[in-house]
Amino acid sequence: MSTALLLAIGGLTAVGLYLLTGRSLSRIVLGYSLLGHATVVALITAGGPAGWPPIAGQAAPEDMSNPLPQALTLTAIVISFGLTLFLLALARRQRTLSGDDLVEDDLEDRRIAAVESGPTEPEDPAAT
Amino acid sequence: MTGLISLAIVGPLVAAACSLALRSQPLGRDIAVLAGLGSAALASHIMLVNVARDGTHTVAVGGWAPELGIVLVADLFAALILPVALTIIFVVEIFAIGQRRTVWAANPQLSGPLLCVLTSGVSLAFLTGDLFTLFVAFELILVSSYVLLTHQGNRSQVSSGMTYVVMNLLASTLFLFGVAFVYTATGTVNMALLAERIPQLDTGVRLGIGAWFLVVFGTKAAVFPLFSWLPDSYPTAPTTITAVFAGLLTKVGIYSMIRFHNLMGMEDLGPIMLLVAALTMVVGVLGALAQSDVKRILSFHVISQIGYMFMGLSLFTVAGTAGAILFLIHHMPVKAVLFLVGGLIENHEGSSSLDRSGGLAAREPLVAVMFAIPALSLAGIPPFSGFVAKLAVVSAAVDQGGAVVVVAALVAGGLTLQSMAKIWNEVFWGRRADGPRPSPAPRRGRRTMHAATALAVAGTLMVALFAGTLLDLSTDAAESLRNPASYIAAVRP
Repeated sequence: MSTALLLAIGGLTAVGLYLLTGRSLSRIVLGYSLLGHATVVALITAGGPAGWPPIAGQAAPEDMSNPLPQALTLTAIVISFGLTLFLLALARRQRTLSGDDLVEDDLEDRRIAAVESGPTEPEDPAAT
Repeated sequence: MTGLISLAIVGPLVAAACSLALRSQPLGRDIAVLAGLGSAALASHIMLVNVARDGTHTVAVGGWAPELGIVLVADLFAALILPVALTIIFVVEIFAIGQRRTVWAANPQLSGPLLCVLTSGVSLAFLTGDLFTLFVAFELILVSSYVLLTHQGNRSQVSSGMTYVVMNLLASTLFLFGVAFVYTATGTVNMALLAERIPQLDTGVRLGIGAWFLVVFGTKAAVFPLFSWLPDSYPTAPTTITAVFAGLLTKVGIYSMIRFHNLMGMEDLGPIMLLVAALTMVVGVLGALAQSDVKRILSFHVISQIGYMFMGLSLFTVAGTAGAILFLIHHMPVKAVLFLVGGLIENHEGSSSLDRSGGLAAREPLVAVMFAIPALSLAGIPPFSGFVAKLAVVSAAVDQGGAVVVVAALVAGGLTLQSMAKIWNEVFWGRRADGPRPSPAPRRGRRTMHAATALAVAGTLMVALFAGTLLDLSTDAAESLRNPASYIAAVRP
């Protein structure tokens, strides 16, 4: 297994996870795309060393690449592509509703904070 | 048998396409959706009869060998859970048709087809025999759930939908990494072959894979501490959608864990899982007690009840697994019914908030009865199905000497009863707050909603009535999960 590929997986995952923890949805979209690439590289690496294209009659079977992880990878790419588009649509909707694409505070946290700060500060879900 | 398995997966997909094509014709669209969901549910019932009589049936899709292709496996476990799940979706869709024209209804042009896609994913998740197809099935379920959850596009849905989507995307990414790890370690993703090869791996690698998939499936199942996305997102969706999500989605995660961790022999993780189960039960129910909205209370109970199934699984005994399977069969309809009753309360009271409702028992005694039966069942009061299921899980834990988890289970049971009593006091007794209310569903729609809920309540009573038979079947299913030899033999003849 190639060290370069392993480093690529690790790097993509680290950057992807970092972006995913951001508050802006456009960062999350980028983070998710990078994580998607990391899984694709991981799946390809799982198939063993690279070889000739797996087409019958063109090379000896032991010299070919393993085609199964490639099939899995294609499926994963298609799914992550669709989901990236959905995330972008969600970010756009959030922008239309609130003027930015930031993930909002947890509703429950806000409610508890309102309770703890006492009755002087009335709970107003429309204002937050 | 091959036809039945295909029908359960492909039928709803075809119906989704038809109902999208017919989206401007309400009658044709509804008929397409109901036909797709109904035929899949019917097929799954016939499948159960066949599997109980003839044993496991496998379909190699496209005739590929199990090492290379997709294998669908209808074993007793899958055949037992599938009819329950598909029948629930069918009944909920009938309820949704009655709920039209109220402010709480989902958009029928979208929700019908998407519910069909979700159904297809649920069937595939239960029937698949390999890990990667399980991933695809999860994605089918999740993609339709993302859209169902946010399709009305209002503020609370978008903001809580984001948490739900991002959390589940992360879990899906981890799932794919897990598939890559498993493939690197064993060279296959077929579950029967994995059941042979994973137990032979080094202890570290084996437990690493087990723990990794515990996190993946645990996020989907909302076990402690991975549950935070659930109570925020579920209550914002239309009631019918929440009923399907609460009844099915987290259970698909539990189902996958029962199958994966039993087949792969992950007994060493048992003690940690028992602790997680105890925390899930108690934290979930404590969260429920702090809420003041029917849908939010019920969402927290989803988490608490997941703990019981997780506890049965964590024991890694035949009795424990059988208890978990029986609990699944009991819990799916009960939870869905409670959310449907939540929808009825919303319709009659104008809101699902406890503060704004009251005195419903006098005005709608039928709704009160339809709430009381599943609520007592959820709390585990005899003679309802919850009692039988809890007894099976708890007695299995007592046999293993798990004192802490048994105490946690009993405490959580008591608190569940208190929480149900709180809903009863505030909604069905007491006085109704004044204020403007949205107009309820028209008479005909109301009758459809009541009929669908009554049908589902009758279903939960059937589970209690046939509890003995179901426990026997669950024990058979658990035995074959605990001894994977028969599963392996069925996939590789």
